[in-house]
Amino acid sequence: MSQEKQCQCAEVQEEELYPRLEEVIMEHRGKGQDLIMVLHKAQNLFGYLPKKAQEMVAEGLNVSLNEVYGVITFYNFFSTVPQGRNSVKVCLGTACYVRGSQEVLDKAQKELGIKVGGTTEDRRYSLDVVRCIGACGLAPAMLVNEDVYGRVKSPHLPDILAKYE
Amino acid sequence: MTISVVIDGRPLEVEEGTSILDAAAQANIHIPTLCYLPEVQAIGACRVCLVEIEGNRTLQAACVSPVAKGQVIYTNTDRVRKARRFSVEMLLSNHPFECLSCAKNLHCDLQTLAYDLGIREIRFSGEKSGGRIDESSPSIRRDQNKCILCRRCVTVCQEIQSVTALYMQGRGFETRVEPAFDRDINDVACTNCGQCSVVCPVGAITEKEYIDEVWAALSDPTKFVVIQDAPAVRVALGEEFGYPPGTLVTGKMLAAARRLGFDRVFDTNFAADLTILEEGTELLTRVKKGGTLPMITSCSPGWIKFIEHFYPELLDHLSTCKSPHMMLGALTKTYFAAKSGVDPKDMIVVSVMPCTAKKFECNRPEMYDSGYKDVDYVLTTREFAKMIKQAGIDFQNLPDEKYDDPMGEYTGAATIFGATGGVMEAALRTAYEVATGKVLENVEFTAVRGLEGIKEATIPVEGIGDVRVAVSHGLGNARKLLDKIKTGEANYHFIEVMACPGGCVGGGGQPIPVNNDIRLLRAQALYSEDCALTYRKSHENPSIKKIYEEFLGQPLGEKSHHLLHTHYTPRSKF
Repeated sequence: MSQEKQCQCAEVQEEELYPRLEEVIMEHRGKGQDLIMVLHKAQNLFGYLPKKAQEMVAEGLNVSLNEVYGVITFYNFFSTVPQGRNSVKVCLGTACYVRGSQEVLDKAQKELGIKVGGTTEDRRYSLDVVRCIGACGLAPAMLVNEDVYGRVKSPHLPDILAKYE
Repeated sequence: MTISVVIDGRPLEVEEGTSILDAAAQANIHIPTLCYLPEVQAIGACRVCLVEIEGNRTLQAACVSPVAKGQVIYTNTDRVRKARRFSVEMLLSNHPFECLSCAKNLHCDLQTLAYDLGIREIRFSGEKSGGRIDESSPSIRRDQNKCILCRRCVTVCQEIQSVTALYMQGRGFETRVEPAFDRDINDVACTNCGQCSVVCPVGAITEKEYIDEVWAALSDPTKFVVIQDAPAVRVALGEEFGYPPGTLVTGKMLAAARRLGFDRVFDTNFAADLTILEEGTELLTRVKKGGTLPMITSCSPGWIKFIEHFYPELLDHLSTCKSPHMMLGALTKTYFAAKSGVDPKDMIVVSVMPCTAKKFECNRPEMYDSGYKDVDYVLTTREFAKMIKQAGIDFQNLPDEKYDDPMGEYTGAATIFGATGGVMEAALRTAYEVATGKVLENVEFTAVRGLEGIKEATIPVEGIGDVRVAVSHGLGNARKLLDKIKTGEANYHFIEVMACPGGCVGGGGQPIPVNNDIRLLRAQALYSEDCALTYRKSHENPSIKKIYEEFLGQPLGEKSHHLLHTHYTPRSKF
């Protein structure tokens, strides 16, 4: 299947989720104080918060879109870009950092062509940083989905990433 | 109930619930503040108003800490002074030092604080969070490099205006005050009211200046430059030159305008009288013929943009009258051009307004009815003061001069346009006499005066019955009225709405600071001028009678329709 076709597929699916978001909003109509709860549900639905969903939430809860976006950009949990099929998380906790995880992160950004918080165009990878995953003994450490990689050096990255479709 | 506290060794009796800041003020003790804004915001974010309380381990922010019984408070200890200075030093560590070229130089709260706290060196340096300059709006200029994240603009925009065009975006070092998706302010539902520029303690939000453009017009010998000023300007301009708030400086202002090189000095008040005739006639027509009611005033361009964005379905309620300065602009380039023989293509019309929204308004595509741009530039009261200073004019020692004919004569009804309730009162004075054919003896409708958010009155008018009116100021109050219209609860005939708290006297282009005391003093000056004038009803203005005889024909006539009325544009709330 061509990439283009995959993309259209994803969009069609996303379009189908809006009526479900509308149902969620109906339960909280006009209740600005429920904003974070509704955003949570919306993100669970879409995997991220598309602009149209933000506008629907703003309209439905009677909150300014500018405030909605402010709340989304404040909390790390919320994302305004679609998440990739594989989540790459580089640890920048103290132990990992002193053992050179910044270099790993720089390499990951270069390799994937995205910045922290971004998703590759083919939605294969999302890149984020975390602060300590409890694997300090393996520093520098990183996570891909549920898999922990320890003592990572930047030249290892292409091989690690290639394992994930 | 009052409680006893001791501040700096002085025993005090204060009302329970009073903040330490206010309690200290009662004892004439000044605690410095930065993010605090009376009537708008007390959040204790900036840590400048710190005080020491006996028995408390940490210093407390005076603006958010209520006094407690028996408290012993110190506002001026070594520890307090050091902590306050440290708070400001931290802000300075992230501030661009462009003070000399900043539009707010010498009018900056941060600058004043740094001086008052005795900061003589910048101890901390490092990466600055930076930000962008947004010049997209014809009304507002935002320089996010200068923002200190005090939130005053966000609070005034959200709580007072119910617009929320700006919000805190991001977190930590990346925090910034921006619209959603970091869009330009001109691309979101901003009303251009400029209240953010009034409350910004630094130079992060200012009006977009057109001073250089106006100087260029004045220096061009081929241009005939006409100036007009709104009623609220003359009761506030003096503050920029050391007069107390509420000083009427009309005569000196006109003398200053002539010394700056303006060829004619007209009064927006003339067009305010004209507005009353047009709008009053429109109202009576709607009442008699069953048009859309309540009819709502249309002089406040911030309000117009608000309803266009947030209640486009109610646009039919707006009067079709242009705002007075736009009427005067159109008439200057038609009526006055014909009378004086000056080619309108060589004319430049400059409006001095208490308002930033009028900068946007004069650029609307509908505002070219004279065949030219009806008003070329809008200056705020603050910008006009800057021009007078740039020209080296000794304002206080200017003689008192008068407006030019044929559009300089005005009534008391026009001058009170500058205060909330003023348009309503002016309209009632004329509508009553036109509808009943009788003389209105007591012209003062005090029920629509003052700073209450929403004012209502019922006026019995012979032949029509009870006329129910409402007046609101501050867009948050306008929103309440519009919601009532939508639910059918509002059975008014006529509503006056002003975007800014207090009306134009508290406009977004007025001298800083503004608070309710100052708003009332400025309004009082307008009401005093009204009392002192020979004519107090718009339809009695001899120059108005003349312009209808010579040029316009009749209110709502064909010429009026073309030059003095307009239409509105539904816009998105995003």
